Formats: sequence, structure tokens, C-alpha cells
Amino acid sequence: MKELVELIAKSLVDNPDAVKVSEISGEQSVIIELRVAPEDMGKVIGKQGRIAKAIRTVVKAAATKQNKRVVVEII
Amino acid sequence: MKSIEMAGRTVDEAVENGLKVLRVTKDKVSIEVIDKGNKGILGLLGSKPAKVILTVKEDYEVIAKKFLRELLDKMGIKCEIHVKDEDDILKVNLVGPKMGILIGHRGETLDAIQYLLSLVINKSNEENAYKRVVIDTENYRQKREETLVRLANRLAYKVKRYNKSITLEPMNPYERRIIHSALQNNPYVVTHSEGEEPFRKVVIEAKR
Repeated sequence: MKELVELIAKSLVDNPDAVKVSEISGEQSVIIELRVAPEDMGKVIGKQGRIAKAIRTVVKAAATKQNKRVVVEII
Repeated sequence: MKSIEMAGRTVDEAVENGLKVLRVTKDKVSIEVIDKGNKGILGLLGSKPAKVILTVKEDYEVIAKKFLRELLDKMGIKCEIHVKDEDDILKVNLVGPKMGILIGHRGETLDAIQYLLSLVINKSNEENAYKRVVIDTENYRQKREETLVRLANRLAYKVKRYNKSITLEPMNPYERRIIHSALQNNPYVVTHSEGEEPFRKVVIEAKR
């Protein structure tokens, strides 16, 4: 799941090297924290969070396959 | 964008050399000649090599396939990816088993992947015109359109019969357009949209 967020983020930003993704797993839910360079924030959030929403939707679909709940946070 | 500078005895040779290095065919690059070169006298005195710059053209099909392949791999979905580059629109069709998970509720997952792909495609071509991207699977887009047209006609009948306006659930611009155009020529009702994105809704009203 972590790799999925990483791939999407790296494909969108201008500084792929600054993309950092960490995963905190709980019993049923997983929290994925996404960090990008400050100037790339807009590239992963988008107007009215449209990009962030799209990322969460894709991750959610992948997570349903594994019966998990995934929360993607952009820090 | 990937570009290299190459030299050779003649322009043609320089281009040939460049294509070998880039491992592409001639139609995949744009060529800029910086120096035509000079053979010199008897190929010895004052000879100057030809110099060219080769730039690999953006290949949307390749970018799209690469991004989707990796994305679907990481989502754990196995399917074939068919990409067709038509003038101003890039059409992608995904073929495989269990495509339901890819479509999601009311196509939200398919739309999300389509949106992300369009960002990736258009990020790499800032100078060119905006490229539209449409992803489809199992003919979902067409089926959805038929469903929406049927829904529109059914609701229009209700509006006419009970003389009450009906507000539909929030839809994206593409789906709203389908409803509007389906009822455009309906003599009994008019349509408009209300609210702010992403919660804009179509309202069907009786014509006075």
C-alpha cells in the first residue's frame, strides 16, 4: 500500500526525491503518511483537495481487496 | 524531455549515431541541426563535424502504459492495457477479470485513476495543448451513459406528471452534461445545475 502512494506521489511532483512515505499499521487500519517538498504540496492536494481525494479513492479500492482500512494523510 | 547532442561526419551520420544511442527510430525524435559540418579539403584540412540535437518526442502511449502498469501492479490488479492516441484525446481500455473493483461505486475509482493519469500525461507536456484522457473498462462509460439517459427520461416524466421539480444526486460535470443533453429537447421540462463542485446537482423542472 505504501508503494502505491509513493508511486502516485512521485509521478505527480517536481521533486520525486523529496517524497517520503511512512506506514503505521494497526490491527485493522493502516495509516499512510505522505510527505513532499513544500512547493509540491499543491501537486498532491490539488484545487479543493481534488488530487488528494483521487489518491485516497485509488488507495481505498486497493485496500478493499485486502479487507483493510487505509487512511492517507498528507503532512 | 530527453535530448542529446551528437556529432558525425555528415548530418545524416550524426542523426544515425544519435538514434543508436537513444535506441529509437527516426519518427520518435525531433531533429535540430546546429552545425552542418564541413568536409574540408580532401576530407582532411579544415574538416568540421556535423552537430545535431535529437529530442525524444513525448510518447503518451508509453507514458500512460508505464504509469498504469505500475499503478495496477501495486493495486494488485491484473489486466491488459490498451492505449489509443487519437488526436486530442487519449483513450485507454482495460481488459481483465474482476474489473468491478477498478470501477468502484458509480465509477469513482475509474474516474480517480483517469484523473491521476491525465495529471501525469499533462505534466510532461506543459508547452503543448491539454490532452484529454478517458479510461474505460468493460464498456462501463457507455453503459453508464445509457443508464443516465434512462434515468433522465424517467424523472422528466415524473416532473411533468406531478408538476414538481426533482433534484438529482451530486454528479461530475461529464455525467451532468449527459442529463442536460438528454432532456434538452424535451418539450415539458427544463434543466439546470445547482450548488458548488464537487456537489453540483442537476435540477429538473417543469416548463411553464
